[in-house]
Amino acid sequence: MSGDDNILSVQNLRVSFRLDKQTIVEALKGVSFDIPRNSTVALVGESGSGKSVSSLAILGLLPKENALVAPESKILYQGRDLLRTPQSELRRLRGRDFAMIFQEPMSSLNPVFTVGKQIGEVLRLHKGMNARQAKARTIELLDEVGIPEPQRRYDAYPFQLSGGQQQRVMIAMAIACEPKLLIADEPTTALDVTIQKQIIDLVGALQKRRGLSVLWITHDLAVVGEIADRVIVMRHGVVRESGDAKEVFAHPKDDYTCALIQCRPPLDRRPRRLPVIDDYLNGACLPAAEEMHRGTSASDETVLEVRGLCKYFVSHEGLFGKRIMRAVNNVSFAMPRGKTVGLVGESGSGKSTVGLTIMRLHQADGGEVLFRGKNLLELSPHAQMEYKRHIQIIFQNPYASLNPRFVVGDILTEPMRLHGIGVNEAEREKMAAALLDRVGLPVMSLRKYPHEFSGGQRQRIAIARALTLKPEVLICDESVSALDVSVQAQVLNLLQDLQDEFHMSYLFISHDLAVIKYFSDRVVVMNGGEIVETADPDEIYRNPKQPYTQRLLASIPRGLTTP
Amino acid sequence: MSAASQSAGLWQLAWRRLIADRVAVVSMLVVGLFLLLMIASGLNLIAANWSEEVAVGYAPPSFVGAAKKAAANSPRQADNSPDAYPGTVKDPLATEIAELRRQLDGGVTTSSEADLELGDIKVVDPLAKEMAEILGTTTVAAHHELADTLPFGADKWGRDVIQKTIKGSETSIFVGLTAALLATVIGTVLGAFAGYYGGRIDDFFNWFYNVFTAIPYMLLILAIAAVLNQRGVTAVVLILGLTGWTGIYRLVRAEYMKHKSREYVQAADAIGASNRRRMFVHIFPNISHVSLVQLSVNAVGFIKSEVILSFLGFGVPVDKVSWGSMLNEAQNELILGYWWQLAAATLAMALLVTAFSMFTDALRDALDPKIK
Repeated sequence: MSGDDNILSVQNLRVSFRLDKQTIVEALKGVSFDIPRNSTVALVGESGSGKSVSSLAILGLLPKENALVAPESKILYQGRDLLRTPQSELRRLRGRDFAMIFQEPMSSLNPVFTVGKQIGEVLRLHKGMNARQAKARTIELLDEVGIPEPQRRYDAYPFQLSGGQQQRVMIAMAIACEPKLLIADEPTTALDVTIQKQIIDLVGALQKRRGLSVLWITHDLAVVGEIADRVIVMRHGVVRESGDAKEVFAHPKDDYTCALIQCRPPLDRRPRRLPVIDDYLNGACLPAAEEMHRGTSASDETVLEVRGLCKYFVSHEGLFGKRIMRAVNNVSFAMPRGKTVGLVGESGSGKSTVGLTIMRLHQADGGEVLFRGKNLLELSPHAQMEYKRHIQIIFQNPYASLNPRFVVGDILTEPMRLHGIGVNEAEREKMAAALLDRVGLPVMSLRKYPHEFSGGQRQRIAIARALTLKPEVLICDESVSALDVSVQAQVLNLLQDLQDEFHMSYLFISHDLAVIKYFSDRVVVMNGGEIVETADPDEIYRNPKQPYTQRLLASIPRGLTTP
Repeated sequence: MSAASQSAGLWQLAWRRLIADRVAVVSMLVVGLFLLLMIASGLNLIAANWSEEVAVGYAPPSFVGAAKKAAANSPRQADNSPDAYPGTVKDPLATEIAELRRQLDGGVTTSSEADLELGDIKVVDPLAKEMAEILGTTTVAAHHELADTLPFGADKWGRDVIQKTIKGSETSIFVGLTAALLATVIGTVLGAFAGYYGGRIDDFFNWFYNVFTAIPYMLLILAIAAVLNQRGVTAVVLILGLTGWTGIYRLVRAEYMKHKSREYVQAADAIGASNRRRMFVHIFPNISHVSLVQLSVNAVGFIKSEVILSFLGFGVPVDKVSWGSMLNEAQNELILGYWWQLAAATLAMALLVTAFSMFTDALRDALDPKIK
């Protein structure tokens, strides 16, 4: 490709960060790629791959105090090297030629100004428009990004818009100055699938209409397949593979790309074990392992039954008024022994509240949770203690669910101590060590603190903590959602192995339809606090009955599904 | 940082960050020095004789020189009676004894029968024993001539200002630290209950807090002082401790409100940890940096408050010395131009308070649990 076809060319970019006096971490180890004119380039990688550092380097936003850029690095734009352009010049470029969309629209918009003002300010600053021109142009832009009633929304504050609309406003602001390059840093990661679909379509349409170049940074290969012309796969600061998107997905050359594609739970198949990165880095692309059948049968013994569960949140308005939010309304389902019930829904559907209410971490407002013929919701706190052993929970964020001041040994022995498991401390420690080994962590981790582990390892510790009590029911509340895809596959494999070994029943709560489809024996779809549809996983994906389920399924990014 | 070595907990990491900070180390050394001074003076190793008259009244600092000597000495010379100056102890019978001795030595002739007995007669001072006792307990200085200048001058009664300052640090730092500890304990416990339980309990504590903060600070201090009806270090500690917990209460309450819904606390609930256990075993170590920083912020504030209390006359009693009482004395001296007592107390306090504040800042930076 000749230089003229590329809007931007990154050559041999090396960036290191100085953490303290002794430690220097190399984030990018000689990265080179081009962004052609009028195309969408996806930069894909897991956390720590250096994808965000690359985009910051392009924009000249690397932290000056501790970022070191090697002298041989070059970022060429219109014949000049951005790394050697003065800041004042870069600032002008950032407003005019480059624009950026961030992951969290809520925190990128200023909450005390109306969206119209915020877009108008950009226009007046960079385009020299007067107030009236800016307003007219802002309304045009809001219309272009698909905000309904742009005249009225002009005066709306960010909190009055939904997450998807906020992201649209961010996009409107980004394209206000007609940039040549739009950098989108995980713009849909914080959004629900249905909204994600809309945003992807919007950016795709804008790119074609305006002839932009888009650099789309993401960890999600499925999204990439939908939008990108070219793909750059990064890992540990190195470009592993780059090329035409269709070509890369159809015939990945690099083992790592291969692994990334395979370790996402597929929609059309269900291997017993998901391939993990190590499988690929050790050998070539393996064929999928044995298939597994999922589903429930009438003969399954019911471990836990939820009947008509209700949970309301009451907010007081004014002096006497109150508003009742029905977070969970009349939810009923049964959990068969040794099987997984998948609870799926978008944010605000009440799926997590169901899990927390069953655990009595929230007080229920109605309904029953039957376990061994007893209604757990009626038990006194003292009587409940015995049942806490049998129902355990694993939370979403492994960074928040472990007490940072406890060593792993304490985290694991505490539940046993509270429930009188094990004769003495030495025996409990031995059991903790055995469990740690079972979830795949070295025994010496007992003396370490949570901050010394990666996200996936922490989630393993959380699983081990739940297992100390040998529960019959394990509630996994978005337990793999915060993990990188490759780690997600490992944790899912671990959960499956543990289920086979201990015969536990899982209530698997997730917003990720692909994971739910792969992992559940029965799927419960929730929306607005109520159950929309309950069915077998294969059945629901092949033949969804309710319109909401159909809409949900249609929004799954299918960039990877091979026909 | 080596991850392979024995695992460093968050406290250890914070400590490493703290000692990597040059400002923190210097301020810690200064605060440590003051603490050593305080302990040493508490054990009477130094400044034990602070209440001795070692110099003439208002003896100026040595570096100022004896230029003011005459002026400083004048009030003493004007009044020559020995009782005015407890330092110069004189035997009230001394003149009579001396007269008797003189007569004996002088070979005064008397009658023959008297001669016989007179050979054994010695003039005995009937007060000699008592005098020896008095002289023994009073200082060496009493035997010597009083100094005209001292390294940093003397106060009205000729007491060394440096020794007074050191002795004063004992009271001031002790009051500051214990009152801060008391306030932190009250504030932390109330804040923990209010923030953790919320609802009615929170309302009750908030009501209590609001009543406390609604009363003007000085009025509250006067009221508590009146109720305690005593003066002394304990009273000052109680006054400051009982009025100073409100700020910590609010901060700790907010932290507990934030932490009680964190996932690790929910996880503790899920495994069956009791409320008390969640409050103090799980949450407290995670918010204790707030209490610790507040402790040192309050210690600084209370050292200053003690000065104000003593200045207002609610502070330590007259037989003790604190920086506050020194400043209180200094307000009269200043009119006469005797600035050294004021300077000494101010300097010591400024040094300690500045070092302590910088240490607090560094502590807050080091404890900031932003690391994952």
